[in-house]
This record gives sequence, C-alpha cells and structure tokens, in this order.
Amino acid sequence: MKKTHSEHTLSNGLKILLKEIHTAPLISSWVWYRVGSRDERSGQTGISHWVEHMQFKGTPRFPASSLDRDISRDGGIWNAFTFMDWTTFLETMPADKIDLGLRLEADRMANSLFDEKEVASERTVIISEREGNENEPLFRLGEAVQQAAFRVHPYHHEIIGDLADLKTMSRDDLYQHYRTYYIPNNAIVGVAGDFKTSEMLARIQELFEPIHAGPLPARLARPEPAANGEHRLTVEGPGETAFLEISYHAPAGDDADFFPLTVLDSLLAGPSGLNIFGGGGLSNKTSRLYRALVEKELAVGVGGNALTTLDPYLYTVSITVHPDRKPEQVLSAFDAEVKRIQDEPVPAEEISRAIKQARALFAYQSENITSQASWLGHAEMFANYNWFLTYLDKLSRVSPSDIQTAAQKYLKVSNRVVGTYIPTGAEVQV
Amino acid sequence: MSKRQQSFPGPDDITRITLPNGITILVRANFNSPSVVIGGHLVSGSLFDTDEKTGLADFTALGLMRGTESRNFQQIFDALESVGAALSFGAGAHNTGFSGRSLIEDLPLILDMLADVLRHPVFPAEQIERLRAQFLTSLALRAQDTADMASLTFDQIIFKGHPYARPEDGWPETIRAIQRDDLADFHRRCYGPQGMVIALVGAIEPKTAVEQITAALGDWTAIDQMNLPALPPLQPMKKIVTRRIKIPGKSQADLVIGASGPYRKDPEYIADTLGNSALGQFGLGGRIGNVVREKSGLAYYASSSLNAGIGPGSWAVSAGVNPANVQKARDLICGEIARFVEKGVTPEELADSQSNFIGRLPLSLESNSGVANALLNMERYDLGLDYFRRYPDMVRAVTPEQVLTAVRKYLDPERLAIAIAGP
Repeated sequence: MKKTHSEHTLSNGLKILLKEIHTAPLISSWVWYRVGSRDERSGQTGISHWVEHMQFKGTPRFPASSLDRDISRDGGIWNAFTFMDWTTFLETMPADKIDLGLRLEADRMANSLFDEKEVASERTVIISEREGNENEPLFRLGEAVQQAAFRVHPYHHEIIGDLADLKTMSRDDLYQHYRTYYIPNNAIVGVAGDFKTSEMLARIQELFEPIHAGPLPARLARPEPAANGEHRLTVEGPGETAFLEISYHAPAGDDADFFPLTVLDSLLAGPSGLNIFGGGGLSNKTSRLYRALVEKELAVGVGGNALTTLDPYLYTVSITVHPDRKPEQVLSAFDAEVKRIQDEPVPAEEISRAIKQARALFAYQSENITSQASWLGHAEMFANYNWFLTYLDKLSRVSPSDIQTAAQKYLKVSNRVVGTYIPTGAEVQV
Repeated sequence: MSKRQQSFPGPDDITRITLPNGITILVRANFNSPSVVIGGHLVSGSLFDTDEKTGLADFTALGLMRGTESRNFQQIFDALESVGAALSFGAGAHNTGFSGRSLIEDLPLILDMLADVLRHPVFPAEQIERLRAQFLTSLALRAQDTADMASLTFDQIIFKGHPYARPEDGWPETIRAIQRDDLADFHRRCYGPQGMVIALVGAIEPKTAVEQITAALGDWTAIDQMNLPALPPLQPMKKIVTRRIKIPGKSQADLVIGASGPYRKDPEYIADTLGNSALGQFGLGGRIGNVVREKSGLAYYASSSLNAGIGPGSWAVSAGVNPANVQKARDLICGEIARFVEKGVTPEELADSQSNFIGRLPLSLESNSGVANALLNMERYDLGLDYFRRYPDMVRAVTPEQVLTAVRKYLDPERLAIAIAGP
C-alpha cells in the first residue's frame, strides 16, 4: 500500500502527523489542542475561544505587533478556530518560509503573555463578535435549539459563550485555562506539503521537544441522558422570513452509525463538503427534501448538517420557510419525507450516487494543501487519521438496510428538538 | 525544505484561442487532482437593466438552469448532482458569469450542460414563479442584514446617477414586475457568443479541452446579440454624504466609509492596491484593523477593500460595531483616512505589503479555481498572458510617492460617503 503519511510521538507526549505533498511549493502546518467549549464550566462559557484570541496577542519573543507582520510579509495565511471539542491554529506558507510558523507555534504553546490591557481590549472585540452573530436569525435559533437539546452535557452552550460570562471572566481565568490545556501532551501537530519527512520531523523535534509536559487535564464528562420526548421552542425576532431548525440527537464522529447517517443526510438534504466545518458541498436540488419542500413551494431552501464530534451531538436540518406558508405545514411535509425513508428501503442506485458525490468532493478538497493538512489533526480530535483514510471505503459499504435502520433509530420525533424562528416583521427606515 | 519554484501561469503553459464566433478559450493543465474547473462570462450584464426592471439580468441568469428545450429542471440537476458536479450562473454589471466543476471524467457532461442552458433555455413559467419566491426571500433577508444594507447604501451614494447605483439583484418591487417573457426576451437580445470567455483548468491536455469546448459552443450564433450600453461618466462627490438605515431589533451596526475607486485598467492600480493593503488589509487589517480592533477593541471586524473592474470601482472601509460606538468608530476611521491621505504609506509599510503581494502568489494560484480566476482577469483586463511572470517586478517598482499620488486621486476626507445600517 502507498505510504500516506507518518506518525511520531515526542518524549513530551506531543503527537506529530506528517504528509509529503509535492504538487506546489507550499506547506500547511496545524497545531490542535484538545480543548473547546465542551470543557467550560458555567461562569466561564466562551473561555476557550477567548484564549484562542489571546494567542494572537504576543509572547516576549514574538510581540503582538510583529506576529502578523512577519507571517504576512512572507505571503502566508494564518488563522485559528475554536470548536466544541478542539482549538486549532494554522499557517500555510511558501515552503521555504514555514519555519517561522513552526517557531511561532512552539513559542506560543507556552509563552503567551495574556497582558491585562490586551485582555480588556479583546473582551469588547469578542462581545462585538457575539453581537454580530446575534444579528443573524439562524444564530439565535441555533443557540436556543442547542440549549434545549443539551441539559447536562456541556455542548449546551455556544462556542462564543454567554454575554454574562464574557463580561466577568478575568485575565487570571484565561491564563489558567491556557496553562491547563496548552501543553504538548494535549496537542497534535499536523503538517502537509512540500518537505522531506526526516527534515521536518527533526525541526519540529528541535522546536517543540523542550516544552514541558503537564498533567493531562480530564475532560468534562457529563453524558446527556437519552431524550425523553420532543421539545419544541420558538424564537421571535425582526424580519419577515421564518426558519425551522430540526435537530436530532446523533452519533459521535467515530461511531459506526456516523457513516449511514452521512449517506442519509446526503439523500435527504444533499452532500456536504469535506472540510472541517462540513460546508461547501454541492447543490442539493435533487435531494429528497428539496423535492418535497422547495419544489412543492413550502420552503425556499433546505440544508442538512452532521458534524464530526467527540461525543454524540446533533444532526440538524435547517429550512427557510416559503413566505406564503406556515412553519407547521412545512414540518408536516418534512415528517412525511422522513417517514418515507424509515418505511421504504432506499434503492441501491441512490446510494451509489451519494458515494460518487462523496468521491468528487474528496477529489476537490485534495486540490488544496491547507485542506489536506487540516485532516491530519482534525480526524485525531474525534477518532484518528485512519478515519479520514478509510472514509470513502466506509461510505461505500453502507447498505440500504443500514440507512433505514439509522433513520428509524435517530430520526425519531421523541429524539429531536424543533425550533421555529418567528419573524415579527420588518420596519426598515431610510 | 524544497527550494523548487512554482511555475506561475504564463504564455508557455496557457492555451488561448478565439473561435470564429467570438468565444475566447483559455486552458491550463493541472494533473495533480482528477478534477476540472471551468469559469467564464458573457457580455449580458445588468447594465441592460432598466430602473423598472432592475434585477432582470440576474433573474435571467438564475433562470437559465430551470429548464431547456430538451431537459426539465430536475433532469438538469439530476445529471449534474449524480456525478458530484456543479454549475451555476449569476449576473454582474457588465457580465453574466458562470462557474462549474466536476471530476475530469465528467467534463463532457458539464460542457454539454453549459451549452444547453446557454443556448436553449425555456424559462418555464412554474419554475420562474418558484425562483421569484426564492429571489424575494433573499431580498427580504438582505433588507435585514446590516452589512449588506450598509454596503448597498454606500454604493447608492458613490454611484449616484450612475447605473452602478442599482443593485444587481434588484428590489422587491422590480423583481415582482419582471414577467417570464422578459427573461426570454432578455436572453434573446443579450446572450450570445460574441465576447464570451471560458477558462478551463484541470487534468486534461489543452488541445483536447479546446476541442471539447469547440464541439459544445463553436457553432453557437446569435444574430440579435446587442452591444452593452456605454457607461455614462461618474459624477464626483462634492461633500461628505452620510446616510443611515434603521433596522430595528439588531444588536450590531455596520459602517461603510469611503469613495469611488480606480478602474482595473488604470496604470496606478497596483499602487492603489498596495495603498489599500497598508490602509486596511495587511496582517490583521492594516492601520484600520490596528486602530479600530486591536487598539480600541471596538469591532470584531474592521478592514478596507478596493474593488476595481471595467468601470469606476470603490474604495471603502467597513466595520461592525456596537450601536453605541458608531460615532466613535466613524471618527476613528475618518481620522485614519485623513492621516493616510496626508502622509501616505511609510517605506516600511510599503515594503511589507510588497513582500506580501509577491509572497502570496503561490497560495492564490494553488487551486484550479484560483488559476481559472487569474486567467479570466488576464483576459478581461488585457493584462497579458505573462502578467504573473511580470507581476513581482511591477509590485517592487512602486514607490511611496506613487502610492500617495494614487491615494489622493480617490480618497478625500472632505468628500466621503458614509453609510450606516443598524438598530
């Protein structure tokens, strides 16, 4: 079998995945930490995301003002994302410049300053980020649905956190969170691109091995009890467009059921793209829900999303309601379509079509070194890299009865939260 | 690490051919992934729109894939989606653009579909009504989106009396006024091969790609195809114009502050973009990002953008802030613009942006779609097939004095458009 990548572990516990790709003189490097919004206690919601922001505020060696300058001068891109289960930092740079990205990441794994003034300034930036999100009806609806779906599990709150906590968390809270979770034995480095594995490994070892390991933090473990009936909720807000969000408790990313659910999602709502947040798929105009809802003029748009999470999360269908229809009418038609997939076996050709779509999306993402590098660490955050390598094979093995079973097991009324955004009207004044 | 240089697209690896019917084809091979991207445009933009039927060009573009003489809506999308392919259309002021992608084995399908929907659309009445409801919903959402409304209002100020002031996606009343026959008529008058450009990048020999495109579109003729109306001159602004759009119930306000900008073909365009980088792009948003976000903590996003096309462009600073901070953000941004116009960029700032522009080329030309866009820009703006080979030297040659001259040509603190949308 062709060698796809290599895996290594340093003496301080840092795991490294390397993949040579020699199609362009670029290298993309990602550092992943096993910390996200699911690790936050009440009173500190949003702390993981805020710590991610503070990682851009400098170390003694790389002051804030020089960080972005140095990366940008070299024509690189850098960014960071905080998710429920993880936080990641990436640089994609011309191959001969990646050393800067590696040095920066090794340095800020342990030496970020968390200056009091920078904390104060970033507090208002993050509150502004939250206010921007709140402008979106789908953010407000999604937040309400997520809260209703998780009473016990810390997937309960939004990644950005609650305003009450964003106003009160202190510099010391943030620094404590940083020191607890940003340790090499809680991190993974994934690098892909135009390098020689032996040279890249030696350099990473030189930069990261001196960083001391720490006590491995236990992750919050509060499993959500099984759902005991349907929850329905409404969110009211400005506008003239109604939305429905229907969320079912769903399997974790490394559960065997995740693959039938992925095919089920593709049949119902269209194929999702193969990137870390699931977006960027194809058009979905021949999907079952588009035909049943949009072609019947009950809705003007529909989409589905199954996230790869560490613990069981949600499979969500979002629907933009047609201006002449009521959300209840749309929900009835949606339920009829779900019943059909639960009751009638899916024709085999419909499945092979979903596999071909997945194969195309897989090829598209492989054009991009940043995307390929992301999977090295991302897959490790909820399963392992083999999950990615065997993704298409596992999808290909899904049978019509697997899909029917998954639909019966997960798409139950008692297993879901239905959220409706009720528009209170638009009164735009010029 | 490798010292190998990436070869940027150039005359030796771009195939460029113009067919007898006026279609220009640009092809570059890339065998690294078993896929292909197409992109292109026709000369059927919204400049043909009237005030009463603003949005007609875009409505027509979106209507193309709703049915042809030989395929209905579901057949069109079944063919594409079954193989994981994509094809979509949209209209800008000058052009109707399209883009598509597929596995390389499905390129004949994509080209056949492109030719069919361009040449034989039937705009079925039922489908057009369905599309209209979707269109109206997207306009209702636009009216509630503070960033969209600030940007749209900004364009109305800087392009007052000019066709660019009209939004390409129209207004609810104009979309309601457009009839199904208007679409068919627009297609008959404005669509045709003359001036059409198609770029293709992917795992195929250029010769074969040209043959396949020629087979699909080489015999297309459209004797009625009209020429795009000429652009009227833009009236310069004479003072600061501020307009507020109130959208109740929102928690954040969006601001757009700036002026009209250069044409893409202006000789000082590269100096303008370097100036824009220093003002509000470089790193985490240049000077604007530094002052509004990093130092004051006022906004999650704050940056500047320079949009240049066939006609006059725009140069604008945008930010999203708490409604209580609108005045403060506005003062900070106007202050930065004034400082920028007075003193221009420092040699260090210019060197930073020059280094960034040259250094980021490999990344921007990494994907097939990135290369396809680059090929289309070369064609649209007569940049020459050797543009990316010359580009580093052109960037390095720009001086701080040239940036200052270019900046002063467009930005004047006494003549700014200020658009604010929020609660």
